[in-house]
Amino acid sequence: MISILSNVYAGVIALAGEAAEQSSSGWFGDLWNKLRDDFINNFIAKDRYQYLLKGLGVTFEVTFFAALLGILLGIIVALIRSSHDKLADELRPGFFKVLLAVFNALSNLYLTVVRGTPVVVQLMIAYFIIFATSNNKVLVAILAFGINSGAYVAEIIRSGIMSIDIGQFEAGRSLGFGYIRTMIYIIIPQAIKNVLPALANEFIVLIKETSVSGYVGLQDLTKGGDIIRSRTYSAFMPLIAVAAIYLVIVIFFSKLVTLLERRLRNSDR
Amino acid sequence: MIAEKGDVIISVKDLKKYYNGEAIKALDGITTDIKKGEVVVVIGPSGSGKSTFLRSLNLLERPTSGTITFNGTDITSKETDINKLRQKMGMVFQHFNLFPHLTIMKNMTLGPIKLRGMSKVEAEKRAKLLLGRVGLQDRADAYPSQLSGGQKQRIAIVRALAMEPDVMLFDEPTSALDPEMVGEVLEVMKQLAKSGMTMVCVTHEMGFAREVGTRVIFMDCGKIIEENTPEQIFTNPQNERLVSFLKKVL
Ligand SMILES: Nc1ncnc2c1ncn2[C@@H]1O[C@H](COP(=O)(O)OP(=O)(O)OP(=O)(O)O)[C@@H](O)[C@H]1O
Ligand SMILES: [Mg+2]
Repeated sequence: MISILSNVYAGVIALAGEAAEQSSSGWFGDLWNKLRDDFINNFIAKDRYQYLLKGLGVTFEVTFFAALLGILLGIIVALIRSSHDKLADELRPGFFKVLLAVFNALSNLYLTVVRGTPVVVQLMIAYFIIFATSNNKVLVAILAFGINSGAYVAEIIRSGIMSIDIGQFEAGRSLGFGYIRTMIYIIIPQAIKNVLPALANEFIVLIKETSVSGYVGLQDLTKGGDIIRSRTYSAFMPLIAVAAIYLVIVIFFSKLVTLLERRLRNSDR
Repeated sequence: MIAEKGDVIISVKDLKKYYNGEAIKALDGITTDIKKGEVVVVIGPSGSGKSTFLRSLNLLERPTSGTITFNGTDITSKETDINKLRQKMGMVFQHFNLFPHLTIMKNMTLGPIKLRGMSKVEAEKRAKLLLGRVGLQDRADAYPSQLSGGQKQRIAIVRALAMEPDVMLFDEPTSALDPEMVGEVLEVMKQLAKSGMTMVCVTHEMGFAREVGTRVIFMDCGKIIEENTPEQIFTNPQNERLVSFLKKVL
């Protein structure tokens, strides 16, 4: 797959190069030759494209698992916060009520801190302080970005829960479902469906946010491009390539979200 | 203990529900018994506490004070498992409240399967019978959004019936319907009453109250002002508030 790609690159470059040479030299030919040399020097020579490819792999790995962790955390925190609101006057004073209040306070603290500080600072705190003894940069990044994303996911899901008509809740309860089962069978499925596009957008944001992974020395896509730049002393090619790759990924996922939104809207009719 | 016709199944004693401290007295001392097989129709002006009363019966509203006894159990007591008791009290809402993410069949079998431990096959068999009773057997796989208001409300009724409740509570079940659909829902309720179901209905349908009700409760300002047979309420009202209310609605 990779070798095919680089063969294709080489082929395209050779073809276009020939065309440029045939049109005599001139400014176009000069520019072309420079770009070609730049390209070869930055990506082909010493297999430097591997930095981008491996970096992309890391970016995907971190994003994917951080998103999973974020959704898990988000659902839990959203449930705690909305349960605290909804159950306030139903619960009798007792252990469970105190427990819920404690968890609710912790959740609020979590949301405030995570949303009130830059993700790159959180990442550095995670790597250099909290997990200072760990060498697993990927895992630390997954944890840091996952915990960060969870705060945003929590608010998305909570808004989804709050958007569900109170009548749904009452219908569940009146059938005899307890609070938790009403949530699981009736409220959460509808809430998630309502916020699916917003969740997908959060995923897209996360892809871009992982670009600060280089701060803890993790070689993601951005860092990969930066390494190439530091080796070849040319900024243009590697940075533009990195930007282009992010752009393609984001456009791809945005298209998916649009499709998803259309599907959901149709199923509502 | 299986209640027989005439036995008290819900007993309400001095029920009060206040909001904002004592500023709003939604219920101000309600006492009444509901007997098996009765069709109790609750009428009264807007804001008189009808919904609050009905919703207190299955504790969707927690009363400020007073007791409600259902099948001999004090449901306001802390020891009572309210979820268990609610299974035996079906409730039908003004706005249907069907679960939009589930098919009609799933709406009807969710409770029996998850709460009563019924097998899927058995639950679906019973659901089909119930759907047949309301003439909607061919809509089992439809989603609520694909039904008319009248159909939705009929489904909401059989969804509650699928739990085989001892009593059915209705809160203005026809108020959100287009006029041409009111009849089909009232017809289902009438059949239900005929089958011997104990019912408590808040409604503005005086025709239904007169024809199907076995007792009418007139509420105003959180109190029961008058209760009697439909015959007496409509032809021989005593309290002047009831007289003026009837003048407005009839
Ligand atoms: N959550 C609440 N907070 C404050 N006041 C409330 C609340 N719920 C109901 N009330 C008040 O309690 C009173 C009784 O309300 P309720 O809904 O039981 O009346 P109703 O007889 O059902 O009226 P309608 O015919 O309009 O449905 C009203 O004055 C209402 O404003
Ligand atoms: Mg009402």
